[in-house]
Amino acid sequence: MLSRQTWRVIGTLGLRSAKQTFRRPQLMAPLIVFPTLLLAIQVGGAGRAVDLEGFPPVDSFLAFMLAGAMIQSTLLAGNSGGIALAVDIEMGFTDRLLAAPIPRYAMVFGRLVGTALLGLFTAFWFLAIGFVFGVQFTEGPLGIVVMIALVVASAVAFGSIGAAIALRSGSASVVQGMFPLVFVILFLSTAFFPQDLLQQPAQAIAEYNPLSFIINAVRDPVVFAFTTEDMLKALLGIAIIGALGAVLCARAMRHRLRVG
Amino acid sequence: MGATMTANFATIGAMIGRSRNELLRVPGAAIPGVLAPTIFFLGLTAVFGNLRLLDGFGVESYASFLIPVSLMQGAGFTGAATGVNLARDIENGLFDRFLSSPAPRWVLLAGLVGAASLRSLVPGTFLFVVAMAVGAAFPGAIGLLVALIATMGMGIVAACWGVAIALKFKTQSAAPLMQAGMLTLILCTTAYAPQELLTGWLAVVAEYNPATQIVEMARQGFVGTVTWAGTWPGLVALAGFIAVLGAWALAGMRRTGD
Repeated sequence: MLSRQTWRVIGTLGLRSAKQTFRRPQLMAPLIVFPTLLLAIQVGGAGRAVDLEGFPPVDSFLAFMLAGAMIQSTLLAGNSGGIALAVDIEMGFTDRLLAAPIPRYAMVFGRLVGTALLGLFTAFWFLAIGFVFGVQFTEGPLGIVVMIALVVASAVAFGSIGAAIALRSGSASVVQGMFPLVFVILFLSTAFFPQDLLQQPAQAIAEYNPLSFIINAVRDPVVFAFTTEDMLKALLGIAIIGALGAVLCARAMRHRLRVG
Repeated sequence: MGATMTANFATIGAMIGRSRNELLRVPGAAIPGVLAPTIFFLGLTAVFGNLRLLDGFGVESYASFLIPVSLMQGAGFTGAATGVNLARDIENGLFDRFLSSPAPRWVLLAGLVGAASLRSLVPGTFLFVVAMAVGAAFPGAIGLLVALIATMGMGIVAACWGVAIALKFKTQSAAPLMQAGMLTLILCTTAYAPQELLTGWLAVVAEYNPATQIVEMARQGFVGTVTWAGTWPGLVALAGFIAVLGAWALAGMRRTGD
């Protein structure tokens, strides 16, 4: 159980990381501009995909793509949070925190609070795009709440991986170098197309990619309906990624404390 | 006059040589420019490959359809990198030394864009090999030549854009603008599907975007036969982009020197 004081530290660091991100357009822009641009272009460029045999019945390709864009944005938010933490390490801010009487994990949790807020922002952003362009949310307000919750939780999970890389490398450029990997993971999931219509080997990989589980559950409330199986798979996917991130963060923190 | 031109060409050659040295001494710097379009090529082929089954698509292999777009993307990233490198040179004061040299401004610009044009062959070659490996059709000698011209031309266009942005903002922080600008230009074309199958706003934008003509020019050999009718609009579009963006970059360079 965390003490009240630790919560205050996490809250303060979280507020700092959120302010830091929202004040720097160069950190915000990739999370919003790039996925929005790609969404707009892919909807226009591949919109006729809904006519393909085997494509699930959907109102529009935008409705189908919305979940992929949201999760793409949260992946980038995780990467962006990692970059910000690495900058803190490069500038020596983390050293001051290490010298302060606060738990080490509060540094990571504080950063993840900022990433969660970014996830929340991106969820609202893409929901707004959906509303503006006439997407019907099959599961109504409850479905929207579930979507937001899943997007925020996945942002935190991806953020933990970004934080681990930042702690291990201590270099913003190394974390930034992970940017292309975001797209590798996305292309090997159901982010942009139904699994049955992907080419091999992407189709086989997408079946077991935890990202597909999360995206399918975020997509369900928009185009299909809730299913317990998809929801449990999404939670499992988030838990796997989050647990991996937590373990890597702990190991990276130990390494950082050892090497200085 | 002759001696001046010789000196100018020697300066352009020296700037291209500097770029080559950078590539040889820091090969890792070229990796992102090669990696990003390759990931996009392989990823988009895997994701949207079945679009070729749509009525009216008319192409057997999606890799063949997509590879010209990826070549343009590779050239776009390389050109944008020229802008980022210039911004770095401005930040650390090296570009001031170039400006204080007796070389005319257009020579400095020609050196930068010439180097970018040649460097665009690095991702281009890699992408071509990858495309052949995953089953894209060989475009034939003429098709390959046309694709090469389009790639190098797009490298010049992207470099002019990158240089103009670098001279305007004078900071490497403007890098996303350089990259996003080229990405938008290239993707707002018939990148994903033929014009008849595009929907919504993109159908309209792609129809009037001159970059569509460049993509279609480069695509000819991969999906069919190269014709003059399919080539000249792309050449005109390239010339137009180079004229406009080159003039903007040159104006920026003249302003910077004042």
